[in-house]
Amino acid sequence: MKANYGYTDGSGDYYIAIETEGCLKCTDHNCVDTCPQDVFDIIEDDYDDLVAAVVEEHRRSLAYVCSECKPASDPPPLPCVEVCPQNAISHSW
Amino acid sequence: MITAGIDVGSKTIKVVVLKDGAVIGKAVTATGFDQAQSAAMALGAAVEKAGIDASTIAQIVSTGAGRKAVEQANSQVTEVGADAVGTVHAVPEARTVIDVGAEEGRGIKVSGEGKVVDFAVNEKCAAGAGSFAESMSRALEVTLDEFGKLSLESTRTIPMNAQCTVFAESEVVSLLHAETPKEDISRAVHDAIASRVASMVRRVGLEQKVALIGGVAYNPGFVDSLTRTLECEIVIPQDREYVGALGAALVAVERSKND
Amino acid sequence: MTENKQEFWRWSEYNWRDENKDWREGDIVTAGIDVGSVSSQAVICVDGELYAFNNARTGSNSPDSARRALDGAIKSTGLTIEDLKFVVGTGYGRVNVPFAHKAVTEIACHSRGANFMAGNDVRTILDMGGQDCKAIHCDEKGKVTNFKMNDKCAAGTGRGMEVMADLLEVPITEIGDLSFEVEEEPPPVSSTCVVFAKSEAMALLKDGWPKSRVLAAYCSAMAQRVASLLESVGMQEKFFITGGIAKNRGVVQRLEKILGVNAIQTKFDSQIAGALGAALFAKTLYEKRQAKTVAK
Repeated sequence: MKANYGYTDGSGDYYIAIETEGCLKCTDHNCVDTCPQDVFDIIEDDYDDLVAAVVEEHRRSLAYVCSECKPASDPPPLPCVEVCPQNAISHSW
Repeated sequence: MITAGIDVGSKTIKVVVLKDGAVIGKAVTATGFDQAQSAAMALGAAVEKAGIDASTIAQIVSTGAGRKAVEQANSQVTEVGADAVGTVHAVPEARTVIDVGAEEGRGIKVSGEGKVVDFAVNEKCAAGAGSFAESMSRALEVTLDEFGKLSLESTRTIPMNAQCTVFAESEVVSLLHAETPKEDISRAVHDAIASRVASMVRRVGLEQKVALIGGVAYNPGFVDSLTRTLECEIVIPQDREYVGALGAALVAVERSKND
Repeated sequence: MTENKQEFWRWSEYNWRDENKDWREGDIVTAGIDVGSVSSQAVICVDGELYAFNNARTGSNSPDSARRALDGAIKSTGLTIEDLKFVVGTGYGRVNVPFAHKAVTEIACHSRGANFMAGNDVRTILDMGGQDCKAIHCDEKGKVTNFKMNDKCAAGTGRGMEVMADLLEVPITEIGDLSFEVEEEPPPVSSTCVVFAKSEAMALLKDGWPKSRVLAAYCSAMAQRVASLLESVGMQEKFFITGGIAKNRGVVQRLEKILGVNAIQTKFDSQIAGALGAALFAKTLYEKRQAKTVAK
């Protein structure tokens, strides 16, 4: 399943998408440890699978939470995206 | 040489009349529903205060969200550009400019010459700008002025969950029903705006000196929250809401020379 | 202040049960409770079939609202809470259904409920609640394959519509019809943000626009916003709409026009989809639990 966490408001579209099929094959959970803002956690979803998700407390302020990793110019590759062995993580902005 | 800068914001229009690098007249009016008409009125008021004849103005440059509506303007400049020029003129050591207005918040990295090096904008969402404070002051049934000062009386931080102005209004009402002191609510609101503005500014990098301009810079609660969040000194020019218009007037001088 | 506002968005509370069924003749009786920010639903299923439901207003206390919704569903059926083999709570207040055995997300419940109500060829579900907006993709079994939810911004939620209803002093139930009393569709309101859209609406009113025209512009803007959300997960037929907004034809008709797809109409109020899905999950979870117990 493609789980999109985040929001759209007047200023833009800020979603982190997690392809949870990839999580089923993952044992390292690098995303959880790599993110400097602790955006990710592993949860048991409604179908009893252990998958990565954006933690509840950050879902409504992603534009701000992720700002540390997204400077206005020359943004480097995002650590969470780079570290996922399944390429399961993507950002809409 | 006399030039004028007109900053058409979403809530207010600011005009600065500049003569040989010094401000000789300024005025501010409500933008209202007719930007062109309000701009003309504001210009008239500033010209009168300057004690000059409008025909002596060599160039008029407009800026702000409604800059294209100004019929008297010879040309326009972006808010970011005007802010950069204006701030460095008012605060020569400024290298980071934070401009928070009613509807937009901007973080700009500037050079010593007043050029824009980098910028990040929070726009079109009331929660990231002055409108958030204004709406919450109404929910608390106090004036915006009182609201800003109330914040300074709080000694603790309470969490605010809502990230949207509309939902925050309900949250504030609930907090009031739970008998949360108004000063604590006020501080939570100002902390929230400051946090959003700070996140955006950090994207361009904080380089000293940090200057704060725009109407929301008059709000002592916000200034206090921002200072705590950024953990550094913030310089606020006296005529903080006129800096954009000043910048536009200075750009007018540059453009006159090039004509 | 809040009390006056309630008048504008009152949907009628009601309940229903299948007179032709007797729950005592069934085996697995389950319940699903969906506590929303504005309304709460309780659905009773007997062996995976719809038996009874109740649609009630959410009060200030979630556990009470959950209980009230359930009581409304089981009244005059002779059922008591002890007869329920498994109860699933969902919705905004799902953690506040104290008598639930488990909480399941609204996304999974709406998906399952839509599959049951609208048929197993439903693939795209739009749920617009009081404080959120969700686009969900599901497969033929009602399992979620893609979802995108916004519960941060009031634009595109029932609250966003409520703000306009308050401004124009039009009851929410009348917005749809009134928005079509225009000769020509006006351009949509340009601001996404509800706070700025409200200022824009005030300016339009001052300019002489009648309420119907302002509503048309606002419903149009909301429809466009929702269409963008749906298109970003990919529109696939069949399409089903749940949540309070399903009753607002001012938004629904404009949305269908933008998408070029009509939503499925169902026999029962689509507002129960979440609770219905929860009741179905309850059956599955009960059976799983029984299987584990037997295995031991």
